[in-house]
Amino acid sequence: MTTISSASAAFTGNDPGNRLYGPVPDVSEQAGYVDEHPKRVGFFTDTSVCIGCKACEVACKEWNTLPMDDAHGKRDAIGMSGMSYDNTGMLGANSWRHVAFIEQTRTVDLPMPSIGLPGEKNRPELADLPAPDTGDLDTTAKAQASVLNAEALSEFDPQTGQTGADKQIRWLMSSDVCKHCTHAGCLDVCPTGALFRTEFGTVVVQQDICNGCGYCVPSCPYGVIDQRKDDGRVFKCTMCYDRLTDGLQPACASACPTQSIQFGDLDELQARADARLATLQEQGVETARLYGRDENDGVGGAGAFFLLLDEPEVYGLPPDPIVTTRDLPAMWKAAGKATLMMIGVAATAILGSRRR
Amino acid sequence: MTQGITTPGAGWRRADGPPAQKTQKRRRKGGGRRGRNAEIAMVDEVEFTSYYGRPIIKPPVWKTPDVPLYLFLGGAAGSSSILAAMADLTDRPALTRVARVTAGAGSILSVVALVHDLGRPERFLHMLRVFKVTSPLSVGTYILSPFSAAAGATAAVELLGWFPRLKRFGGVVSALFGGPLATYTGVLLANTAVPSWHHFHTKLPFVFGGSGMAAGGGICMAFTPVDQAGPARKMAVTGAVIELAVVHQVENDMSIVSEPYHEGRAGKLMRAAKACTAAGAGLTVLAGRTRAGAVASGTLLAAGSLLTRFGVFDAGMASARDPKYTVIPQRERVKGAGDGSLPTGTSVPAPDVVL
Repeated sequence: MTTISSASAAFTGNDPGNRLYGPVPDVSEQAGYVDEHPKRVGFFTDTSVCIGCKACEVACKEWNTLPMDDAHGKRDAIGMSGMSYDNTGMLGANSWRHVAFIEQTRTVDLPMPSIGLPGEKNRPELADLPAPDTGDLDTTAKAQASVLNAEALSEFDPQTGQTGADKQIRWLMSSDVCKHCTHAGCLDVCPTGALFRTEFGTVVVQQDICNGCGYCVPSCPYGVIDQRKDDGRVFKCTMCYDRLTDGLQPACASACPTQSIQFGDLDELQARADARLATLQEQGVETARLYGRDENDGVGGAGAFFLLLDEPEVYGLPPDPIVTTRDLPAMWKAAGKATLMMIGVAATAILGSRRR
Repeated sequence: MTQGITTPGAGWRRADGPPAQKTQKRRRKGGGRRGRNAEIAMVDEVEFTSYYGRPIIKPPVWKTPDVPLYLFLGGAAGSSSILAAMADLTDRPALTRVARVTAGAGSILSVVALVHDLGRPERFLHMLRVFKVTSPLSVGTYILSPFSAAAGATAAVELLGWFPRLKRFGGVVSALFGGPLATYTGVLLANTAVPSWHHFHTKLPFVFGGSGMAAGGGICMAFTPVDQAGPARKMAVTGAVIELAVVHQVENDMSIVSEPYHEGRAGKLMRAAKACTAAGAGLTVLAGRTRAGAVASGTLLAAGSLLTRFGVFDAGMASARDPKYTVIPQRERVKGAGDGSLPTGTSVPAPDVVL
């Protein structure tokens, strides 16, 4: 009989190495799905084409009937974050997708081609420029259609604008989500077994088991899972487990209009992401990098990974997350030593005192 | 116009703010004025980037005072049970009685505190449906359950005067679980992504073990006739010294994650804890053999232990709320890995405590 354990993958008996970190070839099998099981699925979120429309957030809330909350996770409250177009603020018990929004600027000291003011003399570029676009729908449509192409992106970059000859602005938008880690801290520390690994390799909370101990909340290196205060239990992205079992893709991925959120088999997504990164780098987008793709990282690679255009911490992501249980053997060893120390001290105190 | 995102790296900064925050200028939300005690500059000014200064990890949802109180009660009860069993085996009836009652009361109260902290207290028994070594809370449940049953029953029969043989057995069983109960709480806190707890994962069990002995010894010494309280005094003083020594290491670590132990409310609690523990230990040595001295120093030691738990708890909360404690150490780790001095994904664990 197959037993599906909600124990950490390392202790189900299917992993002889008892690994608490590092790459795992088949997380579902390691979690106890030894017979035939679906391939591991995931999200590849390509932030270079995210337009910040938040359709993913809305679709997620609708499908999962999540309650309203403000930028600080307070339920049934309307509140502006006051910092940007981002009023969702963070991932939490009631927001399982969060579109981060960063407005950046930089000075440019290169001589920039410019049209100049009307009536200004010395406008040599003007002659070289094509006539103003008064309806050349063909060209525009073509450019828009190839928006996923990096070359087009550098020319028609929806995230890059210019406010003057010496100053540029750009908007970074990224739809954050639970990473469904290979080594999930939340799953490892859950004392009730409410968190478990699904046959799809994702991590899900069983709401009828969770007793609200809250241990998973600070154990997530990304700060994803959170407690609903009035309810007491914890909630997070399920990667639409209910939809997956019915052969549908998650609500957020279905709603994404730019294919920024791509859902599929993880190995396929990884190949697609590698190709996309190579294309972007070839085009000179050297700040592009994959986040959560590396199986040798601190969480053994993430089920939901990203293509970012700046450092992870700019998006509110930890630069080098490590599953907290990696160090657990050292901790138990220390606790064992400390226990022996206590017994030793007590014994010394007893033996060192004269009995009256 | 082709600069856009195609230009490598640099230059980009947040449009409505500085490119990176300087740690010295950071003011913690909710910390207000009291958050600044700039007398100790532990780390040089470091620049870091964050998403609008928002925390990266979620601060623990554990309630105060439930959890710090649980840490204190578990430590006091655990060390008392060891003392009780050993005093029983060496025939010290008065000390045995006091230590057993302390262990029993502490264990029952700590169960109450732990259950009360759950979001769904009626589901407490769900803790017993699995056993997971990767979850310190699960392991702790299987330490606390037999401990509280044994220590509670032993204390009850001690007070009622029934079943003397069973009493000894119950006392020994609770003593076996007493040490783990006092030290596992260090693992409980350390096995989170909270920077100021996780970094000291090999030290917190020693802090809590020492602190537990100071509290347990202090309480037993205050209620035991002075001529029989010798072992309690010795355990209390040794525990206090260990606590002070390891807390000193934690507070003076080179890492930025030591900082929360100095600043704000956590800093105040830690300083008060140190003062109480040191004064209690000193007073025990000087006046522990008098009734009044034993009560006063026992109270001080227990208060010091309680304050240490609140201080450590608060420091962790503060480190979770400020993204710099998450970002800066991870950045340094990445940089170290990039230099080739460390393989990717490794961190330098805090060295073992040498006593």
